[in-house]
Amino acid sequence: MATTGPAPGAAAAISLRGVAKSFGAIRAVAGLDLEVPSGVCFGLLGPNGAGKSTTMRMLTAQALADEGAIEVLGYELPAQSKQARMEMGVVPQLDNLDVELTCRQILMVFARLYRVARAERAAAVQRALELANLSPRADTIVRELSGGMRRRLLVARGLIHEPRLVLLDEPTVGLDPQVRQELWSLIDGLRTGGVTVLMSTHYIEEAERLADTVAVMSHGRVIAQGPPAELVREHAGEQVLEVYGPPQRLAQVSELAEGNGWSSRRSGPAVAILRAETLDGMAPEGVRRPANLEDAFVALTGEQIE
Amino acid sequence: MSAPAASLGGAPGRVDGTSATARAVRRLEPAALTAVMSRDVTIFGRYWKATTFSSIVQPTIYLLAFGLGFGALLHNYGGIPYVQYVATGVVATAVLFSSAFPGMFNTFVRWQFQRTYDAMLAAPLDVEELITAEVLWISIRAGIYGVAPLLVALAFGLEPEPGMLLVPFIAFLTGFGFAAFGVAIAAVAKTIDNFNYVTSAVLTPLFLLAGTFFPISRLPVGVRVAAQFNPLFHCVQLVRDASLAHLGLVDLYHAGVLVVFALLAWRLAISQLGRRLID
Repeated sequence: MATTGPAPGAAAAISLRGVAKSFGAIRAVAGLDLEVPSGVCFGLLGPNGAGKSTTMRMLTAQALADEGAIEVLGYELPAQSKQARMEMGVVPQLDNLDVELTCRQILMVFARLYRVARAERAAAVQRALELANLSPRADTIVRELSGGMRRRLLVARGLIHEPRLVLLDEPTVGLDPQVRQELWSLIDGLRTGGVTVLMSTHYIEEAERLADTVAVMSHGRVIAQGPPAELVREHAGEQVLEVYGPPQRLAQVSELAEGNGWSSRRSGPAVAILRAETLDGMAPEGVRRPANLEDAFVALTGEQIE
Repeated sequence: MSAPAASLGGAPGRVDGTSATARAVRRLEPAALTAVMSRDVTIFGRYWKATTFSSIVQPTIYLLAFGLGFGALLHNYGGIPYVQYVATGVVATAVLFSSAFPGMFNTFVRWQFQRTYDAMLAAPLDVEELITAEVLWISIRAGIYGVAPLLVALAFGLEPEPGMLLVPFIAFLTGFGFAAFGVAIAAVAKTIDNFNYVTSAVLTPLFLLAGTFFPISRLPVGVRVAAQFNPLFHCVQLVRDASLAHLGLVDLYHAGVLVVFALLAWRLAISQLGRRLID
């Protein structure tokens, strides 16, 4: 592992400073600062439209920033983006597999694109197939694969050249829970192997489980950043009190919370009051549970996701 | 699943990381071009039978219809049998259809529907390399299949000539220009139906006013001047001169026009599609 890339703690794998990108009147990314250290799994969390996908595309120079500086693996973008792309793998959000080809054929084409030496190509393809549990389907045409298999093939395609940085854009969106679990263990395995992972997601659970550090994005910029547990402590406290009841009762509780300056939100059929550990004896009757990243996220963005 | 994943960071292939980096700075890297073309070749492996069938049958039908049909009225044209006149002209038609159409349709489908180009550009591949490779592949195919009408005509009694060995190269050069032209059209098309405008308003006149079925020398002067701007006209003249042992200095002019057309269309394709592939 130690031979892979710069030593941990050395230069950041990804660094964005003051990056902005507009599409017409829409400012997708608005003054983004982001530093992803080498060797971590870094989660980019935000609702749809927060600018996550645009950020991902800028890291492969498939979108060019209007302002700011981007560095990936020590290469300056966009001038040296091709060098950066040699050493990183990309798993896109949208399925862009070649439906006319078989798994093996697709991986072979990408092994060439990523300049895997001729003598090593067959082995690289085999390794990627095994990694994605697709060996039995190696010669199946993509059109005939299930959604989960296609997603795993997308991952295998991005890993064919053993990159030291992997970008995953919403890796498990639209997948059933079992396939999601499989992908999670695959992503976790990458991190264990010393690969830097940048993953965008709007699934809180995904970020909470996998990411060492999470950056919360909203309206094109990072509004908070840290390890998930710290973010929760800082923005939602230790405990959350959930008060259930008929709408009338909920309205009362909301009013009470507002009157006392407690931070609260509607959470399905309940009102959730954050930092319940600080309420002393004034707390209404309810169920206490540990605060989670969703609480912190809502407190930060004022937006509900999922 | 996680066991092989854990070996990833070990990256035995990474030792050559620096040399791969040094290679990357160049434009139009052969490794990138062959990678893109390897995909085309793989797909071609599935469709070559249909392509080959139509590339033989189409000129046969043209030759039967025009050669025998018209040929019955018109035995000789400018000292050559009409069948031979048409056969050499149909090479250009075959090249046009086997390059402009894939240029338009393949590009549009791979870019817009399958998003293949998006996937490939996330790898170390430039827009310039991607488009050059796609156009090269189409023109190599056009170079090979452009010979088919000539082979059919040989069966119809065309005399073999050494100059015919130039025909694949003429077909390649013409195909390169029209494939790139097709890519540029695909880049500006809003929907795939827009190609109908180009097919009827641009390609059909180009192919009729190229001296394929009838000589343009009998047409009004305005049309004759316009034909000089039709790359297909120059392709027809070159193929005919090469196949009928009439090559002369004027053919350098024809070849020159085709080279200029290919270069212009190539740069246009890269600039137009590049603007749309990269946000």
